[in-house]
Amino acid sequence: MPGAIDRDIGRFREIVRGRIRKDLKKYMSNGEMIGRKGKDFVSIPVPQIQLPKFRYGKNEGGVGAGSGDEGEGVGEGPGGGKAGDGEGQHILEVDVTIAELAEILAEELELPNIEPRGSKNVVAKKDKYNQIAPVGPDSLRHFRRTYKSALQRSIASGNYDPGNPIVTPIKADEKFRSWTEDKRPERNAVVLYMMDVSGSMGDAQKEIVRMEAFWIDTWLSSQYDGLETRFIIHDARAKEVDRDTFFSTRESGGTLISSAYKLGLKMIEADFPADEWNIYPFHFSDGDNWSGSDTKECLRLLREDLLPKVNAFCYGQVESEYGSGQFIKDLTGEFEDEEAVILSNIANKDGVMDSIKTFLGRGR
Amino acid sequence: MTWPSVFNTRLRKGLPTELQEMQRQVEAVAAAAGLDFFPTVFELVSPEEISMLAAYGGFPTRYPHWRFGMEFEQVHKSYSYGLSKIYEMVINTDPCTAYLMNVNHPTDQKLVMAHVYGHCDFFKNNLWFAHTNRKMIDQMANHATRVRRLIDRMGQERVEEFLDACLSVDNLIDPHAAAISRQSRDEDPVQRSIREAVEEGGDPTLPHDAHFKVDVDRSYMDAYINPPEEIHGKRERLLQESLKARTVPERPERDVLGFILANAPLHGWEADILSVVRAEAEYFNPQGMTKIMNEGWATFWHTKLMTEELATASEIVHYADASAGTTAMGRKQLNPYKLGLELFRDIERRWDTGRHGAEYDECDDYQAKTNWFVDEQGGLEKIFEVRRIYNDVQFVDAFLTEEFCERQGFFAYAYDRRSKRYLIKSREFADIKTGLLDQLTNFGQPIVEVVDSNHGNRGELLLEHRHTGQDLKMDWAETTLGNLVRLWKRPVALKTVLDGKELILRHDGSKSTRRRTEAKESA
Repeated sequence: MPGAIDRDIGRFREIVRGRIRKDLKKYMSNGEMIGRKGKDFVSIPVPQIQLPKFRYGKNEGGVGAGSGDEGEGVGEGPGGGKAGDGEGQHILEVDVTIAELAEILAEELELPNIEPRGSKNVVAKKDKYNQIAPVGPDSLRHFRRTYKSALQRSIASGNYDPGNPIVTPIKADEKFRSWTEDKRPERNAVVLYMMDVSGSMGDAQKEIVRMEAFWIDTWLSSQYDGLETRFIIHDARAKEVDRDTFFSTRESGGTLISSAYKLGLKMIEADFPADEWNIYPFHFSDGDNWSGSDTKECLRLLREDLLPKVNAFCYGQVESEYGSGQFIKDLTGEFEDEEAVILSNIANKDGVMDSIKTFLGRGR
Repeated sequence: MTWPSVFNTRLRKGLPTELQEMQRQVEAVAAAAGLDFFPTVFELVSPEEISMLAAYGGFPTRYPHWRFGMEFEQVHKSYSYGLSKIYEMVINTDPCTAYLMNVNHPTDQKLVMAHVYGHCDFFKNNLWFAHTNRKMIDQMANHATRVRRLIDRMGQERVEEFLDACLSVDNLIDPHAAAISRQSRDEDPVQRSIREAVEEGGDPTLPHDAHFKVDVDRSYMDAYINPPEEIHGKRERLLQESLKARTVPERPERDVLGFILANAPLHGWEADILSVVRAEAEYFNPQGMTKIMNEGWATFWHTKLMTEELATASEIVHYADASAGTTAMGRKQLNPYKLGLELFRDIERRWDTGRHGAEYDECDDYQAKTNWFVDEQGGLEKIFEVRRIYNDVQFVDAFLTEEFCERQGFFAYAYDRRSKRYLIKSREFADIKTGLLDQLTNFGQPIVEVVDSNHGNRGELLLEHRHTGQDLKMDWAETTLGNLVRLWKRPVALKTVLDGKELILRHDGSKSTRRRTEAKESA
């Protein structure tokens, strides 16, 4: 039965998002329900469109029941009397779920679903009891099937007496539950965020990276069952950090991009064997590498070691107050025909969505 | 009476054996208690499906429209966060279709079944349902096909926009249309005068003019008393006068949608959609008119059947908990289940003990009234009669007594602007009853009628709001008028009252204007 209504739901959401039927926008109200999730009270947004009707203006009274004298307050809250006890407690906003967000993102940017890397994928095996076998342990004996075949046999052999319907199964009648192996590709993915934290990367640039990272996480976690994230910061040296440090550190000093790639490579080799993981390195930098020779080293690392292991290598060049560096041009020159290398130039915050589309739009 | 053969063949999805067994038991008990219902088909559905069905008003197939999606999201979110749970849904068809949710406890299922048989009995026997289409599942599916075809032909946007316009006025129907054949809308006034003469005992075979003659005993005097040219002239004059004075409709018409359908220059596809919306609104109408009674009746029977017959010792606590949930009363909102249930119980008690009639009403001895007892035992018979011939308005009007209100602790409340809170306004019986009846009359919506289809001699439609003390929500009224213009294809005006002054709202399709009438101020 469901399915019929999906179209109506889709249509309604489109209207709410203002993509179609803009004339209805003016009838929209943002209702909410107060719900519980564990200990917390959550406000569940329920957008509503009410078609105008002839109706009374001030609906300011009614009939209720309960104790209290004339002039006393009726008490607020809807009928059930449940919502009232939530007063003073913390109410979380759950505006949209991450899944919904990913859906919106996909729609906005027309992102294709990612095709997991074919045979290299790790395959998870699971036994499913979906078969019947003539042999097996007693604990798996299928009573009904056994009885049925015993009945069939006794009818066929003429031993069955409807007046005295005793059916005795013999060994050959027994049926057992049995399993098949269900092979499902396990879809694990890891995102390696690498960021240049040299002196030229300011707070505005980090903000851009943070936004990029959020949307990338959102999208990839909608595509993979398990998504891991690891963070590398680098100036002239690279080190692995946690998420908070990643977004708050500011170092000074020079930039050796190859240091980050080397560390990334080491992590992949240690923890994420390429035939079991979908790997997404994202590197953000302002593109000012220290020396041409280091850039050459980077290109070599990418071509020989990283690219064979990853789904896509994404490089986002963030424009800083010192302008934009040379690195993206070097990459463009080297990997122009390489599909797995995705490059994007992010001028400012408004460019984030475009670059997300560039990064994720290839469905890799 | 034996149903089994009927419902067995009807179990489409096939209830599990234990539920089939349960249905047989509940059905037998309900029938033995005197309930008279259509054969009833239960379907077992998932929470998701029941949310969908709820959004669709209980029907498996409806035409495509975004509001069903909206309702689904509301119902389903509310269910997913544990805010509400739909126990039961039943639709008025023959056979009756009811849904059980597959995640419910078996005791709940039993309770729901008992409740459903109450509804089925109500659908079958209450007069306001007598004219509903009992094959509405098919009808709704036909509507869906019609609208889908129109979408294929005309495009989704156009069809949807027109649907929205129709839905915005789908409350402008005549709730009694199905039961009464109104006087024909545009009967010739001369024809009518003849018909009326005939109804008063005249001879239908006489020539028309005869009806204008004065009776004469002596036939030779006839030519003098009723000169033919005078009679003829009289007839002509009457005709001319009535044509001049004639407005269409001659009497205010509540079936605004029907009037538009019959008189507006609609395209074929538009008329098709409008008739779909109107038919569905008319189908749902009796349910709105009998909400309190219908739920009260079903609750009355599930409580009675469960406690007296059905619930086993191990089920009774679970049952009591669930049942108490459905009849819980908020302070600000009357629960129709509770109100209906208590009223039916009160009626049963009063007619069992003779607490009704002039003698009881006029008795003002408190002691005597409290201990009143006449062994009538007519309660059960009375409630069956009530469920047959009343609707909510009449039900409350006839049976809500002062004692009842006191016992239930009812009060009337109002919004207090100063403290910005709702305050208890009164515990006076008259206030409570008036308040309730106001809420119930026309579902608490304003009554709007067509009074003139050639307003200002410009082919504009004039509607009139029968003002009963409450003003309209003006901005909504204006946009609604705009939607009516979409249907009528000419400007539409509405006569109403705002802050005690008569006012005409007019919408010409692009903007709306307000104009005071020169008429006297209304009270």
